[in-house]
Amino acid sequence: MATTAVAGHRPIDQAINTKPPQGLWVDAWSRLKKNKAAMFGLVLVIGFFALAIFGPMLAPHDPLKIYDGKSFLPPVWSPDFLNPTNKTGDPQFFLGTDSIGRDVLSRLIYGARVSLVVAIVPTIFITILGISLGLFAGYSGGTIDNLLMRFTDIVYSFPDLLFFVVVMFALRDSFLGDWANGLILLFGALAIVNWVGIARVVRGSTLSIKEKEFIEAAHSIGTSDQSIMQRHILPNILSPIIIITAFAVPRLIITEAVLGYLGLGLRPGTSSQEFFVTSWGSLLLEGQTAINAQPWMLLAPAIAVALVVMGFTFLGDGLRDALDPRMKGTG
Amino acid sequence: MGRFLIRRLLWLIPVMIVVAVITFVLMHAAPGGPFDKDPSQRQIDPTTQKQLNAQFGLDKEVWFDFPALMQGNIAGFFDTQFITYMVGGTVNGKWRCGFICGNMGPSFRQRGLMVQDIVLDPPEGKAPWDSKAGYSLRLGFIALIFATLIGIPMGVISALRQNTPVDYASLFIATSGVTVPNFVLGIFLIIIFAVGLKLVPVVPRSWDNPIVWILPAVVLGFGLLASTARLTRASMLEVMRQDYVRTARAKGLSQRMVVWRHMLKNALIPVVTVMGPAFAGLITGSFIIETMFGFPGWGRQFVLAIGQRDYSMIMATTLIFALIIQIANILVDLVYTFLDPRIKLS
Repeated sequence: MATTAVAGHRPIDQAINTKPPQGLWVDAWSRLKKNKAAMFGLVLVIGFFALAIFGPMLAPHDPLKIYDGKSFLPPVWSPDFLNPTNKTGDPQFFLGTDSIGRDVLSRLIYGARVSLVVAIVPTIFITILGISLGLFAGYSGGTIDNLLMRFTDIVYSFPDLLFFVVVMFALRDSFLGDWANGLILLFGALAIVNWVGIARVVRGSTLSIKEKEFIEAAHSIGTSDQSIMQRHILPNILSPIIIITAFAVPRLIITEAVLGYLGLGLRPGTSSQEFFVTSWGSLLLEGQTAINAQPWMLLAPAIAVALVVMGFTFLGDGLRDALDPRMKGTG
Repeated sequence: MGRFLIRRLLWLIPVMIVVAVITFVLMHAAPGGPFDKDPSQRQIDPTTQKQLNAQFGLDKEVWFDFPALMQGNIAGFFDTQFITYMVGGTVNGKWRCGFICGNMGPSFRQRGLMVQDIVLDPPEGKAPWDSKAGYSLRLGFIALIFATLIGIPMGVISALRQNTPVDYASLFIATSGVTVPNFVLGIFLIIIFAVGLKLVPVVPRSWDNPIVWILPAVVLGFGLLASTARLTRASMLEVMRQDYVRTARAKGLSQRMVVWRHMLKNALIPVVTVMGPAFAGLITGSFIIETMFGFPGWGRQFVLAIGQRDYSMIMATTLIFALIIQIANILVDLVYTFLDPRIKLS
């Protein structure tokens, strides 16, 4: 028996109506909240930010203070097989001390700042550069697009770590390498390689969006190209941009750590008033040389790098699923 | 197909030139040369230094002499180091063919040896695979085999048993492999197995014992293992839902036949395509792992060369690495069309 369907009374309409209308961001956030791994990642990332920002308040000791006669102390709780020297630890040094008797935990906390800055500053830079060039190339096409793609080919064929190693080595002792403990040089090298990936994604998304009807409609009412790019295309490609940015951050942190480990990272500052006392990369290098005496010097920064990278990767995965549910499970 | 291949191969030339120019410029921008700064050894006296610089052509103009070229002085342009190194030129009054002939020049630091001999020739009385290149290639292959033989079955099993403890366990391994950077994994394993349990030496003296190969190979291959497992799982899950799989089952084929003949064949296409660049990455990107384990391959040679400013060695290793990556990418594109005829090259 057919009943007349009245809008709002069919089960399907009720199902739709029970859920209040939500914006993309609210919707994405509610999906993200349900993702346990992403939430775990978010907690790690927030913890990392807090550690870096409030480092001086949290660190139990001065990271540069040398405690005489207390070198190579293991953590008190260290299992025997990770304590080759069989010294007894001092409870005031939670992660033990390094080769000249400095507190490993405090150094680790101060090192987080460098990783944070290395993660954030080049990311902002490459995102802006990648978005503007990718958007422009994708939208206008032609020569600029071609040039961008050829440049991308070249960057992709250069083994990127190799490039960083060569750059850091070449320019480390020049005036560029002296600015801000070598930080500017590191930023530059990281940015040159990494903006390309973002530009490529932005270009690809722009290409697919610009054929849509609403862009045509905007054209037909005389909207300027600049306004179309800013108002119509950019908001629509924000999700891939956010996702790729979330994945760029851990890569930058890893790169800093690797370069430091190879002895090509930042120059540590000499006074604790300086912002960059040490970095996780430098700590890894120091730990490597002391591997047989105090393994925690190496283990602690390695675990720190692993946790932060894991946090950002989980968060990136979660953001991808939340912002673009169609891509779920493809990674 | 033929046209595609030719175009890709031609595109190699400008890419390699750009890579070479960047490396060259950066190398020479580094303060200090191979003969003037060596705190670890005795200092060379100025006369010897001058002589050595002349012998290796370091007293010549380094940069491209563009003004000279503009004025029609072609000889001046070709008399620069870069051209001499890449194409050829007169060295000590004799014409010598450059990099394009496979002549990578004399090593600046290992006196009397050519770079290609250091990288490609085995030490006296050893088999060819005991050269630096041989060591790196072997390590790369072992890591690749390790990653494939464990990663693919892991992905397949975890897809077939989706949402069971087996699946969760393999997903956990795969996720940790993707998130933990390989050098961090290397640190963990060295500390546990070499420092803690003392099963292997931290830096092995000899690599003849197969046991010492396990750690570097596992560390090198673990990232690929993880991504292979994830990709295989995702791709298997995709394939399992296809109509032709249902048809195969409806025909009454055994589970084994369906999995091997129908699912795997299609599910492995995306996996194979990541293998190429991944293998290139394994044999070129291993210099951190090689440095960490003191592995006598070309990656460590590269790091050493950078520290010693052995210009010809840096240049040669960078170019070899870039070439391997390029060729791997081309091969992948070719293999792709072979595996999936629907894809057309353009």
